[in-house]
Amino acid sequence: MSLLLYLLRRLLQALPVILLIIVGSFLLIKLAPGDTVDALVGDMGGADPAFVARLRQEYGLDQPVLVQLWRYLVKLAQLDLGWSYVYEQPVTQVLASRLWVTLLLMLGALSSAFVVGVALGAFAARRAYSAADNIISTLGLVFYAMPSFFLALLLVLLFSVKLNWLPVGGIRDIGAFHTGWRLWLDIATHLLMPTLALSLIYLAFYMRLMRTSVLEVMDLDFVRTARAKGAGSSRLMFHHIMRNALLPVITLLGLQISTVLGGSVVIETIFSLPGLGQLAYTSVVKRDLNTLMGIIFLCSIIVVVVNILTDLVYAWLDPRIELK
Amino acid sequence: MRKTHGGLMLGACIAALSAATVAQQAAAQQAEPKRGGTVFVHMNTEQGVLNPALRASTGVYQITGRFMEPLIDKTYDGYVGVLATEWSSSEDGKAITFKLRDGVRWHDGEAFSCDDVAFSAMELWKPLLNYSSTLQANLESVDCPDPLTAVFNYSEPMPLDLIVAAMPDLGHPVPRHLYEGTDILKNPHNQAPVGTGPFKFQEYERGQYIIGVRNDDYWRGPEYPYLDRVIWRFIPDKAAGAAALEAGELHESGFNGISMADLERLGKDPRFDMGTQGFENNVAHSTVEFNLRNPILADLKVRQAIYHGLDLDFAINTIMRGFAKPGHGPIPSVGGANYTDDVPVYEYDVEKAKALLDEAGYPVGPDGIRFKLRHRPAPWGEYTQLWGEYFAQAMKEIGIQVDLVTNDAPGFLNGVYRDHDFDTANGWHQFRSDPAVSTTVWLRSGAPVGTAWSNQFGYESAEMDGLIDAAAEELDPAKRADLYHQIQRLAMTDLPVIFAIEHPFVGITNKKLINHHNTPRWDSSSWYDLWIDE
Repeated sequence: MSLLLYLLRRLLQALPVILLIIVGSFLLIKLAPGDTVDALVGDMGGADPAFVARLRQEYGLDQPVLVQLWRYLVKLAQLDLGWSYVYEQPVTQVLASRLWVTLLLMLGALSSAFVVGVALGAFAARRAYSAADNIISTLGLVFYAMPSFFLALLLVLLFSVKLNWLPVGGIRDIGAFHTGWRLWLDIATHLLMPTLALSLIYLAFYMRLMRTSVLEVMDLDFVRTARAKGAGSSRLMFHHIMRNALLPVITLLGLQISTVLGGSVVIETIFSLPGLGQLAYTSVVKRDLNTLMGIIFLCSIIVVVVNILTDLVYAWLDPRIELK
Repeated sequence: MRKTHGGLMLGACIAALSAATVAQQAAAQQAEPKRGGTVFVHMNTEQGVLNPALRASTGVYQITGRFMEPLIDKTYDGYVGVLATEWSSSEDGKAITFKLRDGVRWHDGEAFSCDDVAFSAMELWKPLLNYSSTLQANLESVDCPDPLTAVFNYSEPMPLDLIVAAMPDLGHPVPRHLYEGTDILKNPHNQAPVGTGPFKFQEYERGQYIIGVRNDDYWRGPEYPYLDRVIWRFIPDKAAGAAALEAGELHESGFNGISMADLERLGKDPRFDMGTQGFENNVAHSTVEFNLRNPILADLKVRQAIYHGLDLDFAINTIMRGFAKPGHGPIPSVGGANYTDDVPVYEYDVEKAKALLDEAGYPVGPDGIRFKLRHRPAPWGEYTQLWGEYFAQAMKEIGIQVDLVTNDAPGFLNGVYRDHDFDTANGWHQFRSDPAVSTTVWLRSGAPVGTAWSNQFGYESAEMDGLIDAAAEELDPAKRADLYHQIQRLAMTDLPVIFAIEHPFVGITNKKLINHHNTPRWDSSSWYDLWIDE
């Protein structure tokens, strides 16, 4: 019961935060020079003044900013995200067609990075300063330092252009018209390289953090006590050390899951994946206000939810932390 | 001198290359065309509106060219009828008559007739289509004396040359029965076009692809088109586009869809044809634009000095890799009779530039600088960005410090055209078949502030305005051409803008495609005779 009350209170507290984010981002976007009609005219290579004025009126851009903001908020209150004038579709439809791609990519990359990173980090810490630790730490440093676009292009060059094993980009083989499990296999092959490129970078984060965290916990009193009580080395590692060492790693995971919907602009662009990151980028360039606001709205909700979940996981991992 | 030599050699090399391409194509054309197959085309940007009667832009034609056909198209043999078969003008130039093709059906089976043309002209081309609304401003009505004759009535004389030259881009009819009585801008067929072309629209997955399938009922006969499908893939990243071409996942990328470095590299690969063939109708100028409201730039000597300070051969060879030539004013060399190279020129001469600046009263200061300019380079891609950087370097040589103010498209258009917040800018001006379509509006005074690609220089010349207005209504082609020659000479004398370099776009095509780039606006055309040899 108290948990339910806690959740309810946290969600209520989140409402003004989301409202603030929406109003703030709306005004911020409006500060950028030019609007979507300018971007469109730039794309077309020009248009006469009557054409431009008619489009502005059509899109409601001839109104004062505050009127536009009010209209947007009224629509949003009815859960209507509006119309994208760049894609000529409702924003919900634009977002829905991109959401699953980004979710597959980001969750795949994050979960594999988390699992492998935590395992490698703990392993490296246990054998600190051995040859194995040095190799793992050096590789981690290399992936950490390597820009993601460079790693991605190297992968494309090797696996697509030279070896011809994997497709260059896209989410599926368009001319093949696969259905059923063949379609899913096709999507998996298309996602392999982008997921790998992205997870190698995340992996480095988790590994380094986990290694430091485990090293720190290993020297604490309760570990010495457990060892004195005669706990075996694997029980000591999994039950006593790792559980406590995970706290900072969970914080990082929470932070990164919050950004999942933002996607990875770089990876999505290089692999031409129709995801939310790429969408956000083009929406800024084309000043597609409604789409951009839709993405921001979705992201703010995710941030709020993930924050609450992170707090719950804290409490579960460390009983000393109370939910208030 | 050395540089000029290099340019000549590169030019000769390109000529040899394109000769080889033509020979190869000729050999292939003798082979029996194969039916079937799918062609994959590269697109950099998404298109929200797939209706060439609402959006005049190459990005739209690149897709809709397969689905929707214009009344007239341009080929290497001149203008040929597509949906129109003949055209003529009345004595006073106020009535233009098009004879329409018989036996053409829309993709939904309805017959194409004058009703469609009249509706499209009055409801879309005149009020809604960019550029066309200026062209058709004096259009009063379209009569249909019979289903296959359309008579366009104008309140002022309309030169036949002008309307014919404009038709390939601005003359796409839409099916009246699907548009009449609807909100035209929100009509769902703007995203799912219904035309008369050799391919039918099938599917548009945003951010991914568009699929077009063979039209079995095409008016040119049952053998056309040869292909089963055309698929466009949206790949915004140029490096990814190049990799997809190299891996064989794409067959063609036009309009500089990949970087010049990759075009040059893949152009040497025997699997590809690379070059400007098929883009002759889409020639643009790389420009330097002055803000004459700045008292320094209002001095003609300063503008002449800047022109003399530009080493165009160097820029052409490094930025455009030789696929360009120096400009001679507002009309490019593909402009036909309206073009002349009998204009004042400003050769590269640093000493002369310095002398002119001294004369104008801007000596070199103690810091080595004569004056500073705030320069906005347009974000229209590789050429404009590099050309802006080159401009800043070239000006340094003659003692002018250029500070680059970079911005994205909306920022640039607002800063330059609405706020006039620039000293110099560099951009890109595309020629659209006839100077009256979109070129002269750039030099004429009186356009409302903020209109993109209108006079942002603050250039006002009664002589120029008079010439432009006279040319727009002159019916005699010879007199018309003479007026445009005068306009070019005046523009090259007054220099509100430097039309420094003219260049067609560059494209790259897998050699499996046969009959590719065989018209001067091939990427916008119907591809009814394209086939794939695999």
